[in-house]
Amino acid sequence: MDRPLTEWILSESLPIGLKRYEALGGYEAARKALAEMEPKAVTQTVIDSGLRGRGGAGFSTGMKWSFVPLGPEVPRPKYLICNADEMEPGTFKDRYLLEGNPHQLIEGMILGAYAIESEVAYIFLRAEYHRSHQVLTEALAEARAAGYLGKNIFGSQHSLEIHLHSSAGRYICGEETALLNALEGRRAVPRAKPPFPPVVGLFGKPTIVNNVETLYNIAPILQHGPEWFQKRSLTEDAGTKLYGVSGRVRKPGLWELPMGTPLREIIEEHAGGMCEGYQFRGVIPGGASTDFLVSEHLDLPLDFESVAKAGSRLGTGTMIVLDDRTCPVGMVHNLQKFFAHESCGWCTPCRDGIPWIEKILEAIDQGKGRLDDIDLLHRHVKHLGPGRTFCAFAPGAMEPLQSALKYFEDDFRRHIEEGRCPYHE
Amino acid sequence: MLSDQEKQEIEAELAHYERPQALCIEALKIVQKHRGWVSDEAIRDVGEAVGLSPHEVDSVATFYNLIYRREVGRHVIHYCDSVSCWVMGCDKIRNQLCQELKIQPGQTTEDQRFTLLPIPCLGACDTAPAVMIDEDLHGNLNSENLKDILARYD
Repeated sequence: MDRPLTEWILSESLPIGLKRYEALGGYEAARKALAEMEPKAVTQTVIDSGLRGRGGAGFSTGMKWSFVPLGPEVPRPKYLICNADEMEPGTFKDRYLLEGNPHQLIEGMILGAYAIESEVAYIFLRAEYHRSHQVLTEALAEARAAGYLGKNIFGSQHSLEIHLHSSAGRYICGEETALLNALEGRRAVPRAKPPFPPVVGLFGKPTIVNNVETLYNIAPILQHGPEWFQKRSLTEDAGTKLYGVSGRVRKPGLWELPMGTPLREIIEEHAGGMCEGYQFRGVIPGGASTDFLVSEHLDLPLDFESVAKAGSRLGTGTMIVLDDRTCPVGMVHNLQKFFAHESCGWCTPCRDGIPWIEKILEAIDQGKGRLDDIDLLHRHVKHLGPGRTFCAFAPGAMEPLQSALKYFEDDFRRHIEEGRCPYHE
Repeated sequence: MLSDQEKQEIEAELAHYERPQALCIEALKIVQKHRGWVSDEAIRDVGEAVGLSPHEVDSVATFYNLIYRREVGRHVIHYCDSVSCWVMGCDKIRNQLCQELKIQPGQTTEDQRFTLLPIPCLGACDTAPAVMIDEDLHGNLNSENLKDILARYD
């Protein structure tokens, strides 16, 4: 099996049901693990596989699980949450999985919940994913009717209920502690860390939050083993990855490829290269809050380590291409407008700083900028950087800005010196 | 006052959460589903149902962009204005929508047919530019098919 996340998916419009999922070997891994493995052994297998979180941060999934206290003395219930609040601009990978093969998520959640001895789980789904909501509702009902959810799953001592929670909007809900507040019915502002959610999470109980794509990897890892998982990759970071491309390319889309597939291969082969009359100028590799990469990075293997070394982040792996006829200042302005809108308002640098940045960029974009605005933007990048704000939102917002200032400085200057956007006819 | 149907739906959700207050967002969504939007009266109703003051409920309601605190039209158009759609020309789509409907973003047409609102990335970037009308996603938009799509909603 080379594409464990998507191989069984027929099409998004026709999700595979329980019967077909089982005929292909689905639920075998969960059945076996619950009968034969200790919870700790499940976690150890995931640690050994080298799986890193696919939501963007890239933390070891098994390590995260190992932080949850086990045993009868621990407060109950403990919670497992699937973060399906896919709202990172440019990202459309989790929707594809949810709408194509919902049972692989449920099986991954059964295994994850077993590993951390949790009996209640939530799928936190973004409100706009109506089709996903329908597909998941049906799949959960099927799993319940078959006895795969509820009391004594597969005849074991383990019980699990999965609730589907549909959100009400706001990008910040994807931040795991803000998500916990949203699930508790509050405003989705992030919480102070420590304590970390694996110890004090939802309703104050130990809680694990995992991304959709992360959880889709769990059943295949248990089924085929850690070594098999590592061999799916071209580099040190294990497994496959869903890569996506949007922008002015011939075939925008989504592909499951070995982790570490070079940027050039994804854009030129899978996405079919640039559209007629457009040249490649750069790319934000993993959603709105990652640094630009440019032509010199085309041979970069896209994995966590390599992209970090090049000064960006793999993020969600779904990239947005900047072409030579699109204004980089306008693009960064669009991104900062989004971040200014979506700041939760909790801490001052983010709430007040990003709208200022947006105003400066708007002025430059309209040809009303001043040369010292560039210094001002550099200063803001520093003031909103890591460690200066309550959560990772503002530092994430600064990533595309700081790299745009580095790679496209001439474009900023031309806007200011010519008093107009050179990309507008 | 909550209708029997609203009460029933809220109570069904109650079993899924450790505390009734956690139901605040679910309850707001249930009320909005039945009434179209969330009025001051609806805020008080939800507060009573989940054990929060109206001010607490309103602080939650006004935080989330998909809870409507003002009346909306029969159909809500959410046009994506995030980065992939911007690169692919969503500004033109927005301008066309404003022109055809004779409203600005945030407004409702006089005949109460459409409300126009921006929305962050709809996760349809490979088919950008995209809009969501009510619960339907429409991608690969251009000036021609947009007209046909609007005609489907009366």
